[in-house]
Amino acid sequence: MLTVNQSSVRATVGQKMSMVDKNKISQLRKERERWEQTTLPKWIKQSGERKKEFKNTSNMLINRLYTPEDIKAVDYIRDLGFPGEYPFIRGVHATMYRGRFWTMRQFSGFGTAAQTNQRFKYLLKEGETGLSIAFDYPTIMGYDSDHPMGKGEVGVCGVAISSLKDMEDLLGGIPLDKVTTSMTINGPAAMLLGMYVAVGDQQGVSREKLGGTTQNDNLKEYFAQKLCIYPPKPAVKLTTDIIEYCTRHLPRWNPTSISGYHIREAGANALQELAFTIYDGITYVESTMARGLKVDDFAQRLSFFFASHNDFFEELAKFRAARRLWAKLMKERFHAKDPRSMWMRMHVQTSGCTLTAQQPLNNIARTTIQAFSAVLGGTQSLHTNSFDEALALPSENAVRVALRTQQIIAHESGATTTVDPLAGSYYVEALTNEMEEKAVEYIQKVDDMGGAIVAIEKGFFQKEIADSSYKYQREIDEKRRVIVGVNDYEIEKEENPIELLRVDPNAEKEQLANLQKLKRKRDRGAAEKTLDKLQRSAEKDENLMPTIIEAIKAYATLGEICEVLRKVYGEYKELIVI
Amino acid sequence: MQNERKIRVLIAKPGLDSHDRGAKVVARALRDAGMEVIYTGLRQTPEQIVETALQEDVDVIGLSILSGAHKTLFPRILKLLKKQDLTDIMVFAGGIVPEEDVSEMKKLGIKEIFGPGTTTEEIIQYVNKNLPKRDQS
Repeated sequence: MLTVNQSSVRATVGQKMSMVDKNKISQLRKERERWEQTTLPKWIKQSGERKKEFKNTSNMLINRLYTPEDIKAVDYIRDLGFPGEYPFIRGVHATMYRGRFWTMRQFSGFGTAAQTNQRFKYLLKEGETGLSIAFDYPTIMGYDSDHPMGKGEVGVCGVAISSLKDMEDLLGGIPLDKVTTSMTINGPAAMLLGMYVAVGDQQGVSREKLGGTTQNDNLKEYFAQKLCIYPPKPAVKLTTDIIEYCTRHLPRWNPTSISGYHIREAGANALQELAFTIYDGITYVESTMARGLKVDDFAQRLSFFFASHNDFFEELAKFRAARRLWAKLMKERFHAKDPRSMWMRMHVQTSGCTLTAQQPLNNIARTTIQAFSAVLGGTQSLHTNSFDEALALPSENAVRVALRTQQIIAHESGATTTVDPLAGSYYVEALTNEMEEKAVEYIQKVDDMGGAIVAIEKGFFQKEIADSSYKYQREIDEKRRVIVGVNDYEIEKEENPIELLRVDPNAEKEQLANLQKLKRKRDRGAAEKTLDKLQRSAEKDENLMPTIIEAIKAYATLGEICEVLRKVYGEYKELIVI
Repeated sequence: MQNERKIRVLIAKPGLDSHDRGAKVVARALRDAGMEVIYTGLRQTPEQIVETALQEDVDVIGLSILSGAHKTLFPRILKLLKKQDLTDIMVFAGGIVPEEDVSEMKKLGIKEIFGPGTTTEEIIQYVNKNLPKRDQS
């Protein structure tokens, strides 16, 4: 199967606009060899180097020094070009942050809908420009708050939403035509989107105006976040239903946020994160085109979500390579014509797994570096983690510092005054090229295997990730990788100067009471009728969004709706790969 | 002495929490250290965990949890172990358990709780050192 033209990835020597003159390169090579024979040995003899070889997490050997030689094949116009134009490596917008900053979007949610509503209002008051909802585990798994599996988990890791009533409370007093909302939801994404649409209808906001994102990337669930309800095939069907529905009815909604973040957090390295995420994207483009939609009808609304880990340059290269690779795939593999179908818009979150429980204030420094990389990498939206998140859900104080970090980068660092400031760096461009080339190799491998679902069923992604995560942990355990405050620079007695958020222990009780009240008050017969209709619709393999919205509006609960589909599709049984 | 039996460890993820990176790394490290490791995957109920422990005749159970539901799930697991007369199994835990809950969990019978930043070597040594003597009948 055609992926992208290898020769256009492995940049051949540019004819017109190579960044460096051919004659100068041979002169440079001679000079480098001279340096390696004269100056360098003296220094190596004197103090040596800290390691025999230097590698990033993606297992790429990092050279001592990068020079124009390393990017001699780069053709400026073909491989870099201009922001707002193909191949979009320099940014999806022509003016980037000179026009406007990225969206500062802090993921939050805990306790009952009413409690999270308070936190949302606080964040908006503090200058946040978009909402991002974290749901609790029962909601994510498509269970109502009273399901036995959810005991002890209601409202703990996110907000509990069991019905439209909860969503009404969650968004109370928040004008949906003014803010955009991101929802981290996958298995039951259609149901939560349905609730959001229903609240929009209540507020009188037209569907053309509703803006936001549903994560709705079910593939990565099977090997990364692992919150799967249904088997992979129906799950991809549901993801595609949302893409199709949004294309036709919610033009400002990003139907899916194809997510590398969880792949990374599960233990993948940067390269694997990049390659597997792009592959998931390919799969959704194919599944949506199979519905008869043209690529240019929907591709511009696809969005991406990446992690930003500790290695500033590795991450930067990943973001830039991702944009160029996606643009090429859309153009060459899917024959998109509209440039907007080729742009990769991304949200980035600083990497939660890099946060340490030891000396937690150090996490502010880590998060700053990671966020800086995301900004220089050209992100459209950013979440910065709070310094206390290795210990608990973030306190208000810690969230404020995290948000302020973004504001400092935006206003004080100088990173926002010019577009893509690190382009042209010998190291950055060489690493970006390598990232892209190796990602293409992975894509080829999965193509040969028969696609993402086959790769999941074979445990390929799972094994790749498990191996990387084990390797990373061994490096830390053996102190080949230093984590400040954890395996080096420890302090004897950890003082705990920070105050942690404790989720209100009554939240679960309160939520259960809310749910009981709803079930008493609603017209049960009407709700059941919509559920029957949904089942028939699922059996006929129709797009389920319209019938799901009907059921939501009749106050059928999340659990009831998901249960209908569990009956039709079955439940996923985990493939365990250690 | 009878022929030496490998230490049998059950690594289990109770509740809905899907963060299995730590559990898998620990499972693999214990296996590499020569133990027999059973990992049952995500979303195990307390009943399933205790049933597996019984069926597999394990010496040790390692519970991994990052969701905050330990206060509900750990006591249920320990109670069921008692009911099955499996109190000679050593139970340790790993993940995110707030400082103020640690002593409460230990009082209930969790032998040790390994927080973020623990090395796999520490866990291996702990298991080797604290393994209860069991009847090898």
